[in-house]
Amino acid sequence: MRSAGTIPGRTLGQMKRNWGLYLLLFPAVVLTLLFAYKPMYGVIIAFKDYSPALGIADSPWAGFKYFEKFFNSYQFSNTIKNTLIISLYSMLTFPIPIILALMVNQMRPNRFRRFFQTVSYMPHFISTVVMVGLMMILLSPSTGLVGNLYSLFGKEAPDLIGSASLFSSVYVWSDVWQHVGWDSIIFIAALSAVDPSLYEAATVDGASRWHKIRYIDIPMLMPTAVTLLILRVGGLLGIGFEKVYLMQNDLNATSSEILSTYVYKIGLLSSQYSFSSAINLFNTVISFILLIIVNQISKKMSENSLW
Amino acid sequence: MGTLAPAVKENAKKIKNDRSSDTVMEYVMYAIAVLFLVILMYPLYFIIIASFSDPSAVAGGQVWLFPKGFTLDGYKELLKHQNIWIGYRNTILYTVVGTIIGLVVNISAAYALSRKDLAGRKLLSLFFIFTMFFNGGLIPTFLTIRDLHLYDTFLVMVLPFSVGVFNIIVARTFFQTSIPGDLWEAAQIDGCGNLRYFVQVVLPLSKAIIAVIGLWIAVGHWNSYFNALIYLKNPDLHPLQLILRNILITNQMQSGMGTGEAAQIALRLANMMRYSVIIVATIPIMCVYPFVQKYFNQGVMIGAVKE
Repeated sequence: MRSAGTIPGRTLGQMKRNWGLYLLLFPAVVLTLLFAYKPMYGVIIAFKDYSPALGIADSPWAGFKYFEKFFNSYQFSNTIKNTLIISLYSMLTFPIPIILALMVNQMRPNRFRRFFQTVSYMPHFISTVVMVGLMMILLSPSTGLVGNLYSLFGKEAPDLIGSASLFSSVYVWSDVWQHVGWDSIIFIAALSAVDPSLYEAATVDGASRWHKIRYIDIPMLMPTAVTLLILRVGGLLGIGFEKVYLMQNDLNATSSEILSTYVYKIGLLSSQYSFSSAINLFNTVISFILLIIVNQISKKMSENSLW
Repeated sequence: MGTLAPAVKENAKKIKNDRSSDTVMEYVMYAIAVLFLVILMYPLYFIIIASFSDPSAVAGGQVWLFPKGFTLDGYKELLKHQNIWIGYRNTILYTVVGTIIGLVVNISAAYALSRKDLAGRKLLSLFFIFTMFFNGGLIPTFLTIRDLHLYDTFLVMVLPFSVGVFNIIVARTFFQTSIPGDLWEAAQIDGCGNLRYFVQVVLPLSKAIIAVIGLWIAVGHWNSYFNALIYLKNPDLHPLQLILRNILITNQMQSGMGTGEAAQIALRLANMMRYSVIIVATIPIMCVYPFVQKYFNQGVMIGAVKE
C-alpha cells in the first residue's frame, strides 16, 4: 500500500496479480525471441567474412565488401529490375478485388451470391506447388488446355511457361485468378458495415445504383484500400520466393530471377552465406524505407496510416 | 405544398428512369459474374475430368466437358507410389501437430494482449509487430535453426514459425470486441484466476475465432513447402508438397525408367498421375473449408479493424 502512489509500484502489483497472463504470453515471446530476434542479430554476417568454423561473433569483419560485390555484379540491375517489374505489375491489379467486392455487394443476398463467393475463394486454398503444376499442365502449348484452345481455332499456341517476355504476365494473372476472391473478402466485409439508412436516404434523393457505388461504397472502402496499398508498397521488393522459384526454367531465366530467388541460390545452393545475407539486408532496408515514405505521404494526404 | 409538388414529381420520374438503367446494369453484372465463375471453375473441372480420361484424348484436345475414354489408371498408379503416401502421412502429422501448437501459442498470446490491465501491453504488441516488417532473412534464420539442432527434425516443421503475428492481431481484436470486460470482474469476485477464466470462460465463447485461425494455420501447414525445402534433408520426413513438386514440376518421375516401349508407358502413366495427384492433394483442404467459411467474413473484418 505504501507504494500505491508511484507508478512502478502499481505496475508491479498489477503484474503480480496478472501473472497468469504473462504465462499465456510466454510461449509466443520465447518463440519470437528465438526464431525472429535471434536471426536479426545474425544479420551482421552481411558485414563479415562468415566462416562456419569461427561462428558469427568471431568471424572477421568485411565491411561493405559484400554489398559492393552485389552492386557491381551483373545480377544487380537484372534482379532488381525483374523484382520491380513483377511487383509493380501486380500492383496494377490492385483494384480488381475491389471491383469484385462492389459487384458482390450489389447482388441480392441469395443462393447465387453465396455460391459465387464460395467458388471465388476456392482457388486460394490450392497450394503454390499444385498451382504451378496446374499452370504447367494447362498452359502447355502442346498438350494443355491453352494449346487445345488455340488448335481449335487452327492457331499455334504461345509457350506461356517457357517465355521470358511473358513471365511477368503469367505470374501476375495467375495470381489474380487464384487470389482475387480471397482478397475481396476484406472489402466485402468493409461494405457490410455501411449503414443501410445511407442507401435509403440516397434512394429517396433519387440516386441510381451507380451513384450509390460512386458516393457511398467507394468512399467507404478508401481507408481499407489505402492501408492495404501501403503494405503492398512496403513489400515491393519482397515478392514471394515460392511461386517464382517453382515457375523458373532455363527458358524464362532472364526475367524470372528476382531478389529472393537469387538470395536463395547464392546462400543455400552455393553456400555464400555473407553475400546472400548482404543482398537480403539490402532488400529489407529498401522495403523498410519505402514503407515509411509511403506511410508518411498517406498520412499527409488522407490521414490514413499504419502508425 | 404547391411549389413542392412538381419537384417531387420530377424526382419520382428520375427515380423511375434510374430504376430501368439499374435493371440493365443488373443484367450486365450477373452476366459478368457468370463469366467470372466459368473462368474460375473450368480449369479445376478440367483437371477432374482429365484425371478420369485417356491421356492421349486429353493431349489431343478431345476432352472438354466430359471424361473421354474413362479410366482409373492414374489413380491406380498413384496407389503404387510409396513416396506419396509417406508424404501424405507426414503432411497430416505436421498439420495436426502444427495446428495445435499454433493455436495454443497464438490464441493465448492474443488473449493476454487483449486485456487492458496487462502492464506493458503496448510494448509487448510492438515486440511482435516489429517482426512483421523486419526479419533476419534466409541465411541468419537458417543458421539459427541449425545451431538449435532443429535441422532435419520433425520439430522444425511445427515449432519455429508457429507464431503468426497477423493471427495474434486478429484474435486479439476479437477478444477485445466480443468478450465483455464485466465477465472478468465477476469471475474475479468469485475468486477465479486468469488461467481458469481463460480456459473455462473465454475459450468456450471464442469458438468462431478459434475455428478461423485454426483453419488458416492448418491450410498453411498443408500447403507449406518452402520450410521443408530448406530444413529437411531426410526423405522420410518430406511432406506431400515437396513430393508433389518432384512429380508435377521437376518431373523426376521419368528419370531412370529406361527406354523404348517401357519408357513410353511410364511416361503415359506419369502424365496421368499428374492429374490424379493434384486432386488427391487438394481435396482434403477443400473439404474442410466450407464448414468454416461462414466465419471468414467475420474473421477478416476483425483483422481489418485498426487499433
